[in-house]
Amino acid sequence: MFRTNRRDFLKVSGAALAAGTVIGMPHVAKAAGGKVVVVGGGPAGATAARYLKRADATLDVTLIEANDSYHTCFMSNEAIGGERTVESLKVGFDGLKKAGIKVVKDMVTGIDGAGKKVTTQGGQTFAYDRCIMAPGIDFNYGSIDGYSAQAAETIPHAWKAGPQTTLLRKQLEAMPDGGVVLMAAPPNPYRCPPGPYERASMIAHYLKAKKPKSKIIILDPKDAFSKQGLFIKAWTELYGYGTPNALIEWVPGAKNGKMTKVDVKGMQLEGDFDKHKGAVINIIPAQKAGPIAFAAGLVEGAWCPVNLKTFESTKVAGVHVIGDATLNVAPMPKSGYIANSQAKVAAAAVVALLSGKEPGDPAFINTCYSVAGKDYAFSVAGVYRFNAAENKIIEVQGSGGLSPIDASAEDKKRELAYAHSWYANIVKDSWG
Amino acid sequence: MTALRILAAALAVALVPASGALAQGVSPATLSEACAGCHGSDGTTHGAAPTIANLKEEYFVTTMQEYKSGKRAATVMGRIAKGYSDDEIKAMAKYFDAKPFGRNPQKFDDAKAKTGAGLHKKYCDSCHEENGRKSDGIGVLAGQAAGYLAYSMADFKSGKREMEKRKKQKVDALFEEQGPAGVDALVHYYASQK
Repeated sequence: MFRTNRRDFLKVSGAALAAGTVIGMPHVAKAAGGKVVVVGGGPAGATAARYLKRADATLDVTLIEANDSYHTCFMSNEAIGGERTVESLKVGFDGLKKAGIKVVKDMVTGIDGAGKKVTTQGGQTFAYDRCIMAPGIDFNYGSIDGYSAQAAETIPHAWKAGPQTTLLRKQLEAMPDGGVVLMAAPPNPYRCPPGPYERASMIAHYLKAKKPKSKIIILDPKDAFSKQGLFIKAWTELYGYGTPNALIEWVPGAKNGKMTKVDVKGMQLEGDFDKHKGAVINIIPAQKAGPIAFAAGLVEGAWCPVNLKTFESTKVAGVHVIGDATLNVAPMPKSGYIANSQAKVAAAAVVALLSGKEPGDPAFINTCYSVAGKDYAFSVAGVYRFNAAENKIIEVQGSGGLSPIDASAEDKKRELAYAHSWYANIVKDSWG
Repeated sequence: MTALRILAAALAVALVPASGALAQGVSPATLSEACAGCHGSDGTTHGAAPTIANLKEEYFVTTMQEYKSGKRAATVMGRIAKGYSDDEIKAMAKYFDAKPFGRNPQKFDDAKAKTGAGLHKKYCDSCHEENGRKSDGIGVLAGQAAGYLAYSMADFKSGKREMEKRKKQKVDALFEEQGPAGVDALVHYYASQK
């Protein structure tokens, strides 16, 4: 209603202006359109674009993404475990186009913050009034000596879903029974904190059914991890964790779990004291913000600092950064749900700022499910607010937390159904 | 102008600065849009989690308060509901009440849905009127998420979730006379409604 009325009014005021009559409604005139360029078509970028258009249909929204489609990282561990296809993780951008968003296939390589424009690999330039960047993550391959983008063609990271997911799945399928799977887990902070442990669970789930003489060993630089109690309990109940025939072993940093080197040809991971040979190796390297964050000067160290109310970069005015690439948003995790939640806050802030209004206070939710095995899932949830006095994000006291450690079999089964439901809903909410 | 009207006008004037201050807080849209990750855009689901669009304000508030206090069992909603003040819950209730109840296609078995239609008339329609579409003071069943409906019925049966007396009599009779197959047929019927 409001939008239609305003559009009609703008038509009238435009005509009046053309006729030389000035109408004293600067506030409304200011809200006329505005150009927003969104960089990145993952959950953060797609959601931002969609919610910008929802809030103000007159906005000119362009989303620039290097690929034709996106494979969600969330639920990709189910594909690695053989519970779904990699194809089922693929989302296209038709939903965004239908919402009136211009989707451009190109890679943004630079930003002119003062001139308010982005430039692309394809030689195009896009001017903006505000820009929303969703750079995602990149890898510090150097964190494990001998690992590289090229080595990842043999020893997958599978931490960006798509061909890498397929590669790891195929290697697991080709592995003979009795083969050892090695996973080098990443140091904090990284995308999807419970992800490596969900992956180990899904691999063990596959081994249990098809290769019971095999096992997966997690080699971890850390001494603790997300949802640890719940995972250990699940592994004990499902995969013989802690017994001689365990399908999963976890080697923490304190027991020399930190790997520093890989011998790609010899299929061997090395730490300061121990060497491990694997039939299949998965290296999840240390992480940093995606390349465009560095090219655009948005980073401080490895990640992008932002204004916690608007997600505007503290480095480059007029550019907002959302999702996994953000720095100072803890205790919010680098999760798909949080990317979607931050995107809505940033979109609302951009709409407010473009019309000369003060942005409202933000509110966020995270709900993150992990699938541990057959009829077995659990979650962590959090409700987050901005504390202006301390300039930080806080979790609302008494809210959130983990699934109970003694959850019933029925509740574990329901959490699995709700995990799949979450997937369907967040994909639709993000990409349309 | 009656005294009441004068009072109302005075109050409205007095409230302006307060609502102006509230505008600096979290807007109902910002509070509510964060729910879409699990409940679907504008509260209409594509999965097992329930559609929360068009829930009547009072029903929404009661449900959230019961999750918040732990009176109503949940997998995750107890943890989420504790993140909201009473006023915020009211604001979200108003927001979702104003959204249309969408019905995305669900899988269902034709024969079961037909059986379910009959059972609905017999056991459910006296409260859940208009083939389960009625939303005034009661949950919408027609087109609600099948997964959620099945879980709700299981919880009513086990006593994990409380019911009003009149409703309990009907649900008890349904379980006694029709068994799990009857409940399943009902779920298929509601899932079949477009």
